[in-house]
Amino acid sequence: MCGIYLDYQSASPVDPRVHEFMERYLSCDFGNPSALHSRGLAARAALEEARTKVAELINAEGPENIIFTGGVTEANNLAVRGVAQRNAGIGKKLLASSIEHISVLNPLKGLLKSGYELALVPVDSTGIIDLAQLESLISKETILTSVMYANSDIGTIEPIREVSDMVHERGMYLHVDATAAAGKIPLDVQKEGIDLLTLSSNDLYGPQGAGALYVKPGVRIQPVLFGGGQERGLRAGTENLYAIAGMGEAARLASLEKAIESSRLQAIRDGLIKEILTIEQSYLTGHPTLRLPHHASFRFSRIEGESILLTMDAMFNIQVSTGSACSSRTLEPSHVLLAIGLKHEQAHGSMVMTLGKENNPDQIPAIVNAVRKTVDRLRALSPL
Amino acid sequence: MAQIGYSKKVMEHFMNPKNVGVIENPDGYGKVGNPVCGDLMEIFIRVMDDRIDDIKFRTFGCGSAIAVSSMVTEMAKGKTLDEAMLITRKDVADELDGLPPQKMHCSNLGADALHAAIKNYWVKIGKIKPEEAKEEEESHEGEACGT
Repeated sequence: MCGIYLDYQSASPVDPRVHEFMERYLSCDFGNPSALHSRGLAARAALEEARTKVAELINAEGPENIIFTGGVTEANNLAVRGVAQRNAGIGKKLLASSIEHISVLNPLKGLLKSGYELALVPVDSTGIIDLAQLESLISKETILTSVMYANSDIGTIEPIREVSDMVHERGMYLHVDATAAAGKIPLDVQKEGIDLLTLSSNDLYGPQGAGALYVKPGVRIQPVLFGGGQERGLRAGTENLYAIAGMGEAARLASLEKAIESSRLQAIRDGLIKEILTIEQSYLTGHPTLRLPHHASFRFSRIEGESILLTMDAMFNIQVSTGSACSSRTLEPSHVLLAIGLKHEQAHGSMVMTLGKENNPDQIPAIVNAVRKTVDRLRALSPL
Repeated sequence: MAQIGYSKKVMEHFMNPKNVGVIENPDGYGKVGNPVCGDLMEIFIRVMDDRIDDIKFRTFGCGSAIAVSSMVTEMAKGKTLDEAMLITRKDVADELDGLPPQKMHCSNLGADALHAAIKNYWVKIGKIKPEEAKEEEESHEGEACGT
């Protein structure tokens, strides 16, 4: 009995069709894509097929604009460091929303040591970026602005088209981390005016260990890993072929199925939000409508998120996530929850549910009952 | 090897905590922690013949904070006050078969709340001066969360 899994954004299962597709790249067509013999050529063909499938998911100009990486952290590092270092002659100003993933924020902060300037653009209480602030911060020395498509802690979807217009009016490149959004909502890098875009394999039900960075034609970027010159020289290292092939197949399935699957998940999600908010002193975090269709995030006063997670798991076999400090390595609450203006003691009461393929509407009553009992139990223990 | 999850014992005490609740008009009361840091613990004691006759707690916090509260009340119950004062942070963590490194501060809170409750009682009966009871509280004030 696997329980009810509601933490798809932390890790997702591999779609069985993807798993089956990947099989031959472990057992037969496993050659090195740089080799000239038939096994290498087969591997090369698989790599390029994956590139095409990923390009189609986001309407990239062509497959050559997709650079495969070892995952999201690597793609974000490549975008941030690769653009900053290549364009330092033009300017050294960097911008990012205050709710970016740490794999964007930390490389940005790392560049401060090399004379770059970083400003973080605040968000409102629902997590939407402050466009007036963004506009006032962009100058012609702003070589990179990084704003995520949607946030994984609170589900809020950012106004990327507006951000893109502002960035390109005065500044240079826009990087968009679409890890949480891809496969859930339509993405079109050309329509949205995106210069660099990060994608995750696992969030598409592909295997872990693969990710991709879209780089618009003409964008000046340099590698951060040096070696054999694979991926147009931007990501050295023998390609993780079977994971990349899996990511490609997952992207193809997502292109075909995301509209139907997202509306299915949204109906379950809306049911959960409606019911859970009937619990006394419970609040939705993030935007009420501009949010990812599979994402429901809450906070409960007077209780702590790690205790919520553990009780939901041990007592009800339901797996959720939290932005509470107590479950993090750093003992700091989610920077996203603080950025939307929550106090520390409010952020500690966070619970995040992200839905996926194995969820269905019949699970709603059991989930709601479990949340209600968990909250009651912990409040009975609480002195607050 | 670094411990990743919680020990079985921590989960037992977290899921079925002992001595939860409040003692009306307690002989001693201790409260430590800070909701800003994500944990707040209060301990109530009833004293009879210099022994902890009854003990209750309420805790806001993570799994280990709740398990530590339950364990420390179990360890203190029936002990003389002097014996209970000797229960250390490490004793509590050891009794729980260890805590993950980043959670060790939770065990501090448990022992500190117990000691604060005992000192509160000693102040009431005039055994120590109020200044001497301040120690536990002050040791947490101005401290960064998680230390």
